[in-house]
Amino acid sequence: MKKFSEIYHYRTMIASLIKRDLRGRYKGSVLGFAWTFLNPLLQLLVYTMVFSTIMRAGIEDYYLFLFVALIPWIFFSSSLTGGASCIWAQKEMVKKIYFPREVLPISHVTCQLVNMLLSFIIVFAALLISGKGVKVTILCYLIPVILVEYLLAIGIAFISSSLTVYFRDLEHILGIVSMAWQFLTPVMYSVDMVPESVMPIFMLNPMTPIITAYRDVLYYHQAPQLSTLGHAFGLGIVFLLFGWFLFGRLERHFAEEL
Amino acid sequence: MEETYAIEVEHISKRFKIYPDKGHEIKDYVTSSRRRKHENREVLKDVSFKVKKGEAIGLIGHNGCGKSTTLKLLSKIMYPDGGTITMRGRVSSLIELGAGFHPDMSGRENIYINASIFGLTKKEIDRRLDDIIAFSELEEFIDNPVRTYSSGMYMRLAFAVAINVDADILLIDEILAVGDVNFQAKCFNRLREIKAEGTTIVIVSHSMSQIEQICERSIWIHEGLVREEGAPTAVDEHYLDYMGRINNQVKPGEKKSKGREPGGLTGTGSKKETTGNAVNKSTAGKNPEKNTEGSADGRSTRITRVCLCNQDGQEKSRFRCGEPVRLCIEYRADLSELDNPLIGLKFIRNDALVCYGTNTEREQIKNIPFHEKGTLCCNIEKLNLAPGEYWIDVAIRNYDMTVLDYAEKSCCFQMYSTVNEIGVARLDHTWEFED
Repeated sequence: MKKFSEIYHYRTMIASLIKRDLRGRYKGSVLGFAWTFLNPLLQLLVYTMVFSTIMRAGIEDYYLFLFVALIPWIFFSSSLTGGASCIWAQKEMVKKIYFPREVLPISHVTCQLVNMLLSFIIVFAALLISGKGVKVTILCYLIPVILVEYLLAIGIAFISSSLTVYFRDLEHILGIVSMAWQFLTPVMYSVDMVPESVMPIFMLNPMTPIITAYRDVLYYHQAPQLSTLGHAFGLGIVFLLFGWFLFGRLERHFAEEL
Repeated sequence: MEETYAIEVEHISKRFKIYPDKGHEIKDYVTSSRRRKHENREVLKDVSFKVKKGEAIGLIGHNGCGKSTTLKLLSKIMYPDGGTITMRGRVSSLIELGAGFHPDMSGRENIYINASIFGLTKKEIDRRLDDIIAFSELEEFIDNPVRTYSSGMYMRLAFAVAINVDADILLIDEILAVGDVNFQAKCFNRLREIKAEGTTIVIVSHSMSQIEQICERSIWIHEGLVREEGAPTAVDEHYLDYMGRINNQVKPGEKKSKGREPGGLTGTGSKKETTGNAVNKSTAGKNPEKNTEGSADGRSTRITRVCLCNQDGQEKSRFRCGEPVRLCIEYRADLSELDNPLIGLKFIRNDALVCYGTNTEREQIKNIPFHEKGTLCCNIEKLNLAPGEYWIDVAIRNYDMTVLDYAEKSCCFQMYSTVNEIGVARLDHTWEFED
């Protein structure tokens, strides 16, 4: 609890690190901040081209089906892989200055969250332009879903960032893990396609209910089932607590290991 | 009663694992477990001290003695393996300047980033912003990106942020050497102000004069233990003495490598000296080999040792400006070689400036008694050289100026001063004012 209030005290640091990250990333490029929107837009274009002309999946508006899941997935995977290096990247600071170390993964994940929210503007635009539309009453379900994913991502970033300080290879291993994880999560396919026999294992993946919920809201325009939300929340909390605990244990020797 | 202490450090110890080849890769953990033998180095063994509220202390010690580690433990960057640390109040550490600066962002934006890393909230930064900008003297440039700053401007901005973070306890590691002389003085004055406001300060520095100016107490950490603590002038002096002794032990090797340095008196130079002024000739020295030949040309008269002692006869290599000093020259002589010998001295600063030179002949001293072995002494009532590093050249010559032995850099010593004088030497003086 003491730690929690301390992190709260450092909220300005979190905010300015996010700001630095967002503004600093595209500084010097011609299009600057516009890349934040251009990136998902161009991705969408590629998916649309590939899946509506070349690889026709049996799902209606497959590019949208994919896109509404892919944006949340990118948020998660960049929290996982990018989070791994977020402490290492700031090692000079960690070695020389005291601040609650949790600030680094939290600000990294929050920065990714902001990126996702900005990308959602493109998602909404795509939904509206394609005629798929959005249902405003259902959209409010997005808030708890995003919150749950945020908690999960922070938990994951706690784990990956603190372990990477001790094992640098993790940074590279996580690139592969994240790819495999994407295929084990119903991002590119529907959860209905998963064979019944592996379903229990499949549901241990915290991203499964989250992606399902996103797709329910954005693609099917229906409220996610309470069980899905509860399931996602439960797993999110488990990861968050585990990450918090692990991070607290490992952070004591960060300055020596770096 | 206890509450009067801002910092209480009790029996802390800290070990580091030292890997000969530090690998962070999993393969190292798996494949070469034998290679990953590490030694535990105990940087701090048992350090205890207390700092009162509003007190300023200086941590001194040679490189690697554990003083920076102590500071890192105080700031909670690291945790001790044993013992406890109690800190009362908000701690701010000026260990790293300019943390988190982004080159593409403006000075103003970087102030926010940097100050927030020190734990300030936006409101607190807003309130200090004008002070920080004023202190940095960068008003015109504050909205330019930091990458356009010169390194001096960069450091000024960084320091301005750091020094304006107010805290109950301020930890400072060797960062006062920032910017030009004026800015340094400004930083120092600011530090005095901070201290006057009642902030507890812990400074790690190699600059004894800084510590003496700010701190009430010095703590000398040596090999992981507190070796001495007390008034800075006393502790610093003991520490400097100790360092001087270590320095002397290393000297022989160093002397060889520096043998070709210009400025030492050479054989040819000293011969001409019969007519010339010692000070003028010193820079004309150019032939060190001849010098060694001169003393190794089969003569057996030798200056075996030269040392400086303080009033109490203790050999030292650090002296306070104005201290009485006794220069002792030990020699071995072949009496048959001697013909009315004279002794010459030169005090030379490390940049080859001859500060003072004399010999017994100039001073009309004749018939110096020599023995086969003995010690000659020169008492200097007041060694008034200004702070710096010096060495002494000693020569023994015959009346006809043939060199019997010439000891170049025979004795190295350092001067320090509690007064911040400048120049080569102190002119003894008193002030007189009208009422």
